[in-house]
Amino acid sequence: MAYSSRRDAPELPDFSLLKRLAKDQLIYLLEQLPGKKDLFIDADLMSPLDRIASVTTLKQHEVDKLYKVENKPIVSTCDQLCFLIRPRIQTVRWVADIVNADKAAGRFRRYKIIFSPQKFYACETILEEQGVYGDVSTDEWAFYLLPLDDDIISLELPEFFRDNFLEGDQRWVMTAGSTLHLLHSLYGPFSKVYGIGRCAKMTYESWRELVEEGEQRARKSDIGNVFLIDRDVDFVTPLCSQVVYEGLVDDIFRIKCGSVEFGPDVTSSDKSVKVMLNSQDKVFNEIRNEHFSNVFSFLSQKARNLQTAYDKRKGMDIKQMKTFVAEELKGLKQEHRLLSLHIGASESMMKKKTKQDFQELLKTEHSLLEGFEIRECIAYIEEHINRQVSMIDSLRLLCLLSLTENGLLPKDYRSLKAQYLQSYGIEHLLTFANLRQLGLLVEQQPGETLTVMESKVGKLVNDKTAGKLTDAFSSLAKKSNFRALSKRLVLVPKSGEEYDLRVPRDMAYIFSGAYIPLSCRLIEQVLERDGWTGLEEVTRMLNGNEFAVTAGSNGAETKVKTDAQRIILVMFLGGCSYSEISALRFLGKERGYKFIVVTTAIINSARMLEAMLDNHV
Amino acid sequence: MAFVTANWNPLGEAFYRKIELYQMSWNLRDGLRDCLFAAAPYGGPIALLKEPQRRSPSARPQLEIYSSSGISMASFPWKSGPVKQLGWTVSDDLLCVQEDGTVLIYDLFGGFKRHFSMGNEVLQNHVMEAKVFHSPYGTGVAIVTGAFRFTLATNIDDLKLRRLPEVPGLQGAPTCWAVLTQDRQSKVLLASGAELYILDNTACILVTPPGLSPQATSIFHMAVSFSYKYLALFTDSGHVWMGSANLKDKLSEVETKVRTPPKQMAWCRRPKSHQPSVVIMWDRHLLVAGECKDTIQYPAPKDCGVVVTDLDLSCGYHLDDESVLVPELDGVRIVSGTHHELLQEVPAACEEIFKIASMAPGALLLEAHKEYEKESQKADEYLREIKEQSLLGEAVRQCVEAAGYEHEPETQKTLLRAASFGKCFLSNFPPEQFVSMCRDLRVLNAVRDYTVGIPLTQPQYKQMTVQVLIDRLVYRKLYPLAIEICRYLKTPEYQGVSRVLKHWACCKVQQKEEADEVIARAISLKLGEAAGISYSEIAARAYECGRTELAIKLLEFEPRSGEQVPLLLKMKRSQLALSKAIESGDTDLVYTVVTYLKNEMNRGDFFMTLRNQPVALSLYRQFCKYQEQDTLKDLFNQDDDHQELGNFYVRASYQEGKLEARMALLQSAVDEYNKAKNEFAAKATEEEMRLLRFQRRVEEEKAERVLGSSLQDTMHCLLTAGLHKQAEQLYKDFRVPDKRYWWLKLTALAEKEDWDELEKFAKSKKSPIGYLPFVEVCVKHRNKYEAKKYVSKVTPEQRVKAHLAVGELEGAADVAIERRNEGEISLVLSRCSPTTDRALLERLNRARSTVAKK
Repeated sequence: MAYSSRRDAPELPDFSLLKRLAKDQLIYLLEQLPGKKDLFIDADLMSPLDRIASVTTLKQHEVDKLYKVENKPIVSTCDQLCFLIRPRIQTVRWVADIVNADKAAGRFRRYKIIFSPQKFYACETILEEQGVYGDVSTDEWAFYLLPLDDDIISLELPEFFRDNFLEGDQRWVMTAGSTLHLLHSLYGPFSKVYGIGRCAKMTYESWRELVEEGEQRARKSDIGNVFLIDRDVDFVTPLCSQVVYEGLVDDIFRIKCGSVEFGPDVTSSDKSVKVMLNSQDKVFNEIRNEHFSNVFSFLSQKARNLQTAYDKRKGMDIKQMKTFVAEELKGLKQEHRLLSLHIGASESMMKKKTKQDFQELLKTEHSLLEGFEIRECIAYIEEHINRQVSMIDSLRLLCLLSLTENGLLPKDYRSLKAQYLQSYGIEHLLTFANLRQLGLLVEQQPGETLTVMESKVGKLVNDKTAGKLTDAFSSLAKKSNFRALSKRLVLVPKSGEEYDLRVPRDMAYIFSGAYIPLSCRLIEQVLERDGWTGLEEVTRMLNGNEFAVTAGSNGAETKVKTDAQRIILVMFLGGCSYSEISALRFLGKERGYKFIVVTTAIINSARMLEAMLDNHV
Repeated sequence: MAFVTANWNPLGEAFYRKIELYQMSWNLRDGLRDCLFAAAPYGGPIALLKEPQRRSPSARPQLEIYSSSGISMASFPWKSGPVKQLGWTVSDDLLCVQEDGTVLIYDLFGGFKRHFSMGNEVLQNHVMEAKVFHSPYGTGVAIVTGAFRFTLATNIDDLKLRRLPEVPGLQGAPTCWAVLTQDRQSKVLLASGAELYILDNTACILVTPPGLSPQATSIFHMAVSFSYKYLALFTDSGHVWMGSANLKDKLSEVETKVRTPPKQMAWCRRPKSHQPSVVIMWDRHLLVAGECKDTIQYPAPKDCGVVVTDLDLSCGYHLDDESVLVPELDGVRIVSGTHHELLQEVPAACEEIFKIASMAPGALLLEAHKEYEKESQKADEYLREIKEQSLLGEAVRQCVEAAGYEHEPETQKTLLRAASFGKCFLSNFPPEQFVSMCRDLRVLNAVRDYTVGIPLTQPQYKQMTVQVLIDRLVYRKLYPLAIEICRYLKTPEYQGVSRVLKHWACCKVQQKEEADEVIARAISLKLGEAAGISYSEIAARAYECGRTELAIKLLEFEPRSGEQVPLLLKMKRSQLALSKAIESGDTDLVYTVVTYLKNEMNRGDFFMTLRNQPVALSLYRQFCKYQEQDTLKDLFNQDDDHQELGNFYVRASYQEGKLEARMALLQSAVDEYNKAKNEFAAKATEEEMRLLRFQRRVEEEKAERVLGSSLQDTMHCLLTAGLHKQAEQLYKDFRVPDKRYWWLKLTALAEKEDWDELEKFAKSKKSPIGYLPFVEVCVKHRNKYEAKKYVSKVTPEQRVKAHLAVGELEGAADVAIERRNEGEISLVLSRCSPTTDRALLERLNRARSTVAKK
């Protein structure tokens, strides 16, 4: 990396324990249904399961055939069916239909549903309503956390975002609380917990309740501080185009559960290759947090080094050659393979991203963030829609425009919306309704200037009864106040200054020096101030719900900056992007912290907006 | 101290002693004569029913409940039918078995709890004899009816009546019978004459006890030990046979030379003792029989205990009064009209210490301590003697253990002092035994006090555990004592003090005379911050007593809102339950309440309730979305949420396959949007309908598949199919912006490679998007020839780009130089390669420098 890390950075705790726990429990659950059985796995659980237990492991525990859950009738001859699913109403209904079909055909089988990570009462209601409650046994696989890397843990619950922030369905809050509790009991006790957002607060409370119920064991803490943050605190950051290598790979190739599939254009053969992207991959580990413009030069340097290493062979005698082959060659080969893959990937990205239109897209985004030349931006967006460049990208720009400008002028709103509907069809009326509900894309109320809106939001926050009423739909009342926040937190560095992306000076480098992600800036500020004092104005604009609690009663002990105190667990409720993780890694290196990111899912602009489309019902 | 052995009687290897527990404080006119009597084991309460057989219908017998020390706890006239048997359950409830087989259950204070019947057969044939027994499964009742059939219930809390099979050839009542618990089953052992049968669920088996003396022609009495392990039989030949309850082994047989049937017989064997022994009681005469031929007879002459080796039964010893035997774990209690005594084998530790002339280490230590108190140097001699054998540790242990078995606090103290004295001369002696014994004795002495009246021995106390003792105290409403004990023993709060307080509170809420407000305040004051208090349980009790308002007040104190919900639902405070469920943050709980409300309320009220609770509403909407679409519609209707209704119809429309249905749904959507005053959406939907109609026409006439596509896609499809007129019509009808249409047509034609049409289009009027796109799109489709046609039309600002796009470096250079634009010149230069014409390069460089100079 271009910047060197502080030497006293603390060690990260070992999270492979989480995998072991999950695996043991799964095996236990499978053994609860002795004998041969077919296993149906929810599509969403396939990749996470892959990280926990291999097919061989499953077969060892008498799983006969594996199927993916698809909502259609099944073909299975086995007498025992086991379903490993997320607690979703549709899937449970599908299982109930299978049971009822078997009943009608006079077929007797045993059925077991394993809900992961937990079951909901509503799911059991479905079984009851469909009259199969007695025929199906249910269990829970408390597989809450999947470590994707040394410092990333995912709940793999993409629906958390939509359910919680759009539908106002809070059932995942308890799950988040249990997750935190699990981490607390394995790696805690936490001494300080900060947070912002309604969901963060509820999660915190749910966790506290679990802590109070359970027994407390005194142990040495691995993780000292926790920061909980709601996704709706900062919508801007995930909507920006990612330009750091890892984020870019995610935007273009879509990283799934820490692994990516590179197509033929990358591998320069006719096959696709699946690659795990984590710190084990030495090449990737060095470029993942780099701005894309540096990656190529880095890779070519690396290639040259590799060549030198290979060249060592020349002039070796037999003995040296023997040790070279035995010790180094394998590593070099491996590195070679990875290097050629990443070069291929970079080339493919270069092709897409150095084109004129991508530069213009970035320019528009940066203008929006800075608040300059808004009319030109709107014109650009209009053309973008008219030319049908990309359904999601157009939507993304519209949202960015609305978020940074505190809503669109009614005239613009209507015309852009009409254009969009003409391009992509009327069903997007529902998409727009969702975006409005969430506060991502709104129309300015006539006569409302920024200050009027600000005072109104402030009043809502202060007025308790009103706050209660609007709690569930807080997003409706919420305005982004991005401009004011940006000013107060200095999110947009002064333009005009040259920003050397090879030597980043702040977190803005992840967006080419144009913008410091709001979420990460908040974390930085709160850690620096050890709380929210001095940020009152900011929290007011973010709709409040901030908290900072010292959990340990012995204050004297927490004053000593132990290693655990410098390990900070950041939990994103509703997902976070790779760029944010890169920014936090940078911040950690600057300040001598280590961040562990726990997220409900890894998101990017496309995933976030796709969740808002309504055609999946 | 010298008198410790005064009440000891030797029998074989062991000694037996009779300790007075209490002088009964009751005042019974006729003693225990003509009474039904039941005393609960483990020093439990005593129930008496005087003159159970009614002499006249008007005379009602009195039912009385006393503590073991004879303090009255309840007394009331018996108003139900004739009672055959009294008995206590394991949880100190009184069972009254009536002649008709009905069993009534009362609590310790005579409060009626419930009743159950032992079945029709019992009702018809009446109860002849009944027994209440205890097993690991709880308290059971066994009955033999007038028809000599047995009916049995093993656990009265989980009532399953079992009618046992008939005993073949049984003509009259069995001479005696008992209940056994074997192989996890309750069985009846009965004697008819000399025959012995075991009755289990399925069969009646004739059994013979091994080695029973053959002279016997009838078995008069039988007794099963406390642990169900041993059995004793008394025969008409005056023999007592003792053996294992499974009738496989014989332990001993003793001849008593009494041939009259005894009144009662009970095992008197302490755990781990080697000697089996039973106590047999006749009217005025008590006898202990053990392994050897000897027996002990009570009452003994006043001077000393007599061992009757060669019995002369003609001179019978008389008991002072009518008495009853109560078998215990480690002895037998004897209750009479005036006294309450415990008869038991002297524990080994006590025997070692107190036996006359004992040289056991404990005895020596006790002696040493006595001398020490007298300040005599003999103390040292005794100590030395123990220490020489290095038995001091053993001596201390003996003294501590023996203290546990002694009933008199003075004796306990003497022994403990001796132990403590001995401890001083030991290093590293573990203190636990001493400390815990002191604690246990303190607790035991407290509950043995006659005001409490629970005469527990130390082994009994260990067997029943502190928890159960606390329960019993609580049950007797001795809350302060229970709390003191908990605090003294440092029982964890949620098992100890909190639990007692909870019971206290549950009792408190039943005090009808006090106001809700007062009780609630008193409870919250006392319970305060005690850990693990469940207010919801107390509230549930209050509700059971019909005090709903009090219950609600108490629930307010419950810190976990989740705990409040089930009770609130039960009390029909569903609105409150819903708010509390939401407060708890547990969506499953919210959902439970919602489902309950849905079934409980009419639809309108249900929806109204949801409307005020957005969290519940969202949850229910999510459910409906997948499960009950129509309900969702009703929900929006109820709210007059026309916007959402509109959205609902739009969503429904694209799930609908048939065009007519789809149109109808869209029309509904339009109506709703209009009602919602969302003109934009209404217009957009109307346009969609128009588009659909248009698409259908196109499909019918031109066989192009366009139905359901967006406007853009439709136009694109039409243009690539060459249907320019139709596309044009859409362009006009839907007021498609010019720019969009031009872009669209441009790309569509280029895709089709319809270059003529493209040229025509370019000339049709001035392009709103300029002509650079024409150049770029042509180049993209690899037609530089066509592209070049449009270069000249491009505005000067973009012309350099256009030239570069078609690869005309020279042209680009000309324009750039002409425009004297440094940026553009540089751009052209950057595109130059080493093969480029030198002259051109020079020209560009020169131009750049002149421009730069300016």
